[in-house]
Amino acid sequence: MEFFERFAVPHPSPAIYASMVAIGLTVIAIIAGLTYFKKWGYLWREWLTTVDHKRIAIMYLISALLMLFRGGADAILMRAQLAVPDNKMLDAQHYNEIFTTHGVVMIMFMAMPFVFAFMNYLIPLQIGARDVAFPRLNAISFWLFFAGAMLFNISFVVGGSPDAGWTSYFPLAGNDFSTSVGTNYYMIALQISGLGTLMTGINMITTIFKMRAPGMTLMKMPMFTWSSLIANVIIVFAFPVLTVALAMGTMDRLFGTNFFTTSNGGMDMLWANLFWVWGHPEVYILILPAFGLYSEIIATFSGRNLYGYKSMVASMVLISLLSFLVWTHHFFTMGQGALTNSIFSITTMAIAVPTGVKIFNWLFTLWKGKIRFTVPMLYSLGFIPLFTVGGVTGVMLAMSAADYQYHNTMFLVAHFHNTIIPGVVFAMLAGFTYYWPKMFGFMLNEKIGKWTFWMLTVGFVLAFFPMYISGLDGQARRMYTYSEAAGFSMLNMLSFVGAAVMAFGFVLIVYNIYYSVRYSPRNIGANPWNARSLEWATHTPVPEYNFAITPNVASSEALRDVKNGHDLFPGKYEKIHMPNNSGLPFIMGVIFFVWGFSFVFAMWIPLIIATIGIFACMGYRSAEKDHGRYISVKEIEDTETKLRGA
Amino acid sequence: MSELFPRKQVMGFVFSLVLTAIALSVYFLDMSFTTGMIILLVTAFIQAGLQLVVFMHAGESKDKGVIYTNVYYALIIALVTIFGTLLILLWDM
Ligand code: HEM
Ligand SMILES: [Cu+2]
Repeated sequence: MEFFERFAVPHPSPAIYASMVAIGLTVIAIIAGLTYFKKWGYLWREWLTTVDHKRIAIMYLISALLMLFRGGADAILMRAQLAVPDNKMLDAQHYNEIFTTHGVVMIMFMAMPFVFAFMNYLIPLQIGARDVAFPRLNAISFWLFFAGAMLFNISFVVGGSPDAGWTSYFPLAGNDFSTSVGTNYYMIALQISGLGTLMTGINMITTIFKMRAPGMTLMKMPMFTWSSLIANVIIVFAFPVLTVALAMGTMDRLFGTNFFTTSNGGMDMLWANLFWVWGHPEVYILILPAFGLYSEIIATFSGRNLYGYKSMVASMVLISLLSFLVWTHHFFTMGQGALTNSIFSITTMAIAVPTGVKIFNWLFTLWKGKIRFTVPMLYSLGFIPLFTVGGVTGVMLAMSAADYQYHNTMFLVAHFHNTIIPGVVFAMLAGFTYYWPKMFGFMLNEKIGKWTFWMLTVGFVLAFFPMYISGLDGQARRMYTYSEAAGFSMLNMLSFVGAAVMAFGFVLIVYNIYYSVRYSPRNIGANPWNARSLEWATHTPVPEYNFAITPNVASSEALRDVKNGHDLFPGKYEKIHMPNNSGLPFIMGVIFFVWGFSFVFAMWIPLIIATIGIFACMGYRSAEKDHGRYISVKEIEDTETKLRGA
Repeated sequence: MSELFPRKQVMGFVFSLVLTAIALSVYFLDMSFTTGMIILLVTAFIQAGLQLVVFMHAGESKDKGVIYTNVYYALIIALVTIFGTLLILLWDM
């Protein structure tokens, strides 16, 4: 029996048992549904084995939305606990677990896949390619991400959640203070999905450098592709640091090494250092593609070209370098001297400059534009002032002397949500609404979309602005309750109301999808928003080969050029070479899940077997002869006539 | 005959062995921590450069420019990270 006791949750509660039942029932329902409707074959052929960048993008998108709701449930629980003083709804341990999983899920398993969804979908379309450079690797990236996400998500029902914060600082995250397997989950799940991320980084950089259509020089790429290029460069340089830090942390916890311990020559602060060497670039990995989406959307709905293309690119290149020079600002209070803190204060403030340049570029794009207030545009217009508040409070935090007051208070929590929600989440929702017709062939309902936008914006302001005040008044972050006498009650109640309004907003998104699937008209044409760049030049829905004829590009606004008489698709149809589907990436994902699970519980024999399985898959791939397949001219003609007719 | 002999690679191989031996000496000889770390850091960077140029053929293809830009960028980030870390955790603690 002892063997099985390890899998029990160390600190159970009725809510956790209820979740176990709910998870069980959902799994049964999915399996039964697939069997009843005979969809297993469809699922396997069309989705699990696909290497098509567009389908992989949609799988990222679905995962991101699911994780948004998982992380959102955590968020509502936290706000409900803090809504009134001396609340007994959650105890300290549960609160710790919930803020930890909330942070990890939102950053690693919601924001990252959301960004990857758009990178996958848009980069090949924006540069006129048939797919990414390594389609098979792309599928492996997705399944590694998914395996990591699922592993992390079962922690709360099998063995216990991590509880040392999303930053997982040692010595708290070490064996002495985190005795459950929770932190093992953290280390290993992030390791697995991080590997996928690194591969995506390499894949996307190669795609952008090697697969651009004729005529598309680097300086003629649409802005989203530029921002993704920079973000992927940051990925390739930052993620190895996380890989190494996680490996060291895993060894400390499972093999008794002393990298981050407080005795035997270990150095606990080294973890914080390595974490933020990765962590600060990470926030720019998220925000740069978001900036790219805003640039596309603002240009389209202002009816004019993006102001200051070159300065946009230059500011992003500068950000990519600066983002590696500021990491210490996350631990100004750790005890290093004034010299170090001053240096990093200055670099941090410097990074606000290129960010400011971009804000002005968007404002000048709007200037004298013919603005259309669609849903994506509303998000973009909401983003500009709200994100500026986030940036300004960032500069406040950047003053190291003052940070002793702000650090680890609700003020910090307000700052980063103020950058991440209007910055990243709004961008993703804007992009989601904007590209939905390209992906699925019909529009989302604008009226429901506008309601959603207003609920999210009002909810956001209500939920997070009070935290600036309570933080300055001294309310600490990551505390599960406070006393009536502290005087934070009113502000926290406001936050709870705001969070609830936001929750309604998110539910409206799902309702909007349902409503639009049923009632939206389908004959919308290839370019429903009257957009300007290359991704809108192909049909809706996009055929698997993207462009029947490789485009010949003259500027970053390829579709505008067509209106001015440019011949975007010269030549005639030729047979097209495409990669074959493969089950290997999915199988590797499953093996990696088993590998990770065995590692978490230190079950060495299954771990060794899974490791052999992983190498066997790679060996098989090395020996495999797969030259892809051709789409004949006849097939292309048929598809094109059909899509043109529609 | 002489064109066929991979002179550059053999020299590179010998040189990388020498670098490894120097790095190993840190363990076997008795020297201060600082000296040891300096030796390790310097030999590591030379070793990485050597591998890149001699054995991974950086600079032998058309996209030389991209590759070297990348290498320099990596070098800057690596140096900043290492010296920043030393500053934070040792020199200014
Ligand atoms: C104008 C630009 C920015 C400046 C000057 C800035 C500055 C700072 C500083 C100094 C801190 C540490 C505060 C403390 O711990 O006491 C911080 C935390 C944070 N920032 Fe920013 N920031 C900026 C933009 C952003 C952006 C664009 C994002 C994300 C998209 C972001 C996400 C975060 C996160 C997640 C944390 C908290 C991490 C944690 O401790 O859990 N920041 N920022
Ligand atoms: Cu930072």
